[in-house]
Amino acid sequence: MMRSHSIRPQTVRTWYRIHKWSSLICTAFLLIACITGLPLVFSEQLEAILEPHVAPAQAMPGASVANVDAMVATTQARFPSLHPYNVYWDDDEPRVFVNMSPSDRPKDGDIKQAVFDVHTGKLLELPQDKFSILGFLLTLHSELFLGLPGELIMGAMALSFVISLLSGALVYGPFMRNLRFGTYRANGKPRTRWFDLHNLLGIVTLTWAVVVGATGVMNALSTPLFGLWRAQVMPAILAPYQGKPQPTHFSSVDAAVQTVATALPQMKITSVLFPNSVFGSPQHYLVWTAGRTPLTSRLMTPVLVDVQTGALTISQSLPWYLRLLEVSRPLHFGDYGGLPLRILWALFDIALIVVLSSGVYLWLVRRKAPLEKELNRLVAADEKSVAQQIEVAR
Amino acid sequence: MSTTLPFRKIYAAPFILAIITAYGLLSALLGDGLWDALSWIALAIPIAVLAICISRGKQVRGAMTR
Repeated sequence: MMRSHSIRPQTVRTWYRIHKWSSLICTAFLLIACITGLPLVFSEQLEAILEPHVAPAQAMPGASVANVDAMVATTQARFPSLHPYNVYWDDDEPRVFVNMSPSDRPKDGDIKQAVFDVHTGKLLELPQDKFSILGFLLTLHSELFLGLPGELIMGAMALSFVISLLSGALVYGPFMRNLRFGTYRANGKPRTRWFDLHNLLGIVTLTWAVVVGATGVMNALSTPLFGLWRAQVMPAILAPYQGKPQPTHFSSVDAAVQTVATALPQMKITSVLFPNSVFGSPQHYLVWTAGRTPLTSRLMTPVLVDVQTGALTISQSLPWYLRLLEVSRPLHFGDYGGLPLRILWALFDIALIVVLSSGVYLWLVRRKAPLEKELNRLVAADEKSVAQQIEVAR
Repeated sequence: MSTTLPFRKIYAAPFILAIITAYGLLSALLGDGLWDALSWIALAIPIAVLAICISRGKQVRGAMTR
């Protein structure tokens, strides 16, 4: 029995210090992430309301699909100064998006888009560039409008958050020595109330918060991780093309899609990236495919198709660190179990906002205590000197 | 005299909630339909625990001010 009680006070103090500092570092950023994350949990639902789009025609199951090359040609005619960037298929509705870009690394606002009906091939709309509140929130949430450095800052903050959660769980025990689980003294002093709320909400939502924090770290690293993967695989793939000029004539996108569909019948094709020296290969179509089950639909397999010959060059599964990233995405967004899961996600998020703000409150009142003591001392000293002055004046 | 609880007791409820939450997070990832429903139930449990604890704390307050 004595053994379980014998955590050394020094150890507890160390964990407490780690909890305090790791929390202080990340709290402001975490509050931004939590508040912007709340509407983002419902981004699909909000998008339908805030950013309505032209609906595709009703189609019979198994209806034939229209020619994608023609869609690309139509889009090219609309934006003659740009070049085709990528083509992707909508998850929910039979729509195809064709994106045009001035460069291989498009900046915000560079991309021009055309949306087509998968079955009829009809141009549905050319979405106008206008302010998107969801886009604004997402940029703030993921990179604070600072680009890659911002992503890395948010990743470091997410890491600090995970450390504060784990150290918080360790100091929970010593702080709860005399309290039953779930204690909430609503009749106590504000400090007692917030202390109970911090402990209760913190420990109950711990697992969710650790998962969302850790997957946040992974998501923040997606740019360097994809860069690492390209650096590992691309040189070998591009070696045979050494010295050859950049292709100017592209083979058919439809044929490339057909080639991949035949080679990987169990996979669903989600997008095609045109030759791109930054995110793909300058000599290939990069065709992204995904599985068809709930889990494998998150796991992508890239396929490279020679852009001149239309031959399949290579298809290989991604390395473990990109697999981990792919699984991290749904676990961060909460978008994998229908609307009820999103609502639960939002409730956890609100609980976390309370944990963060109560943590700040507890830190402030703790800081205030010695400050008041200092103030009392100063006031006492002041009174003394006034008394002395009166004494001297006499 | 204040009673001190052994750590095993302090961490028992949080540990059970952690297992339930972890199951809830994974279930919807592994399948649809029933798997989703089980995930909703599992993740609703910690939220319900919070609601119960907080409302119980508030009831105690009401009883004292009455």
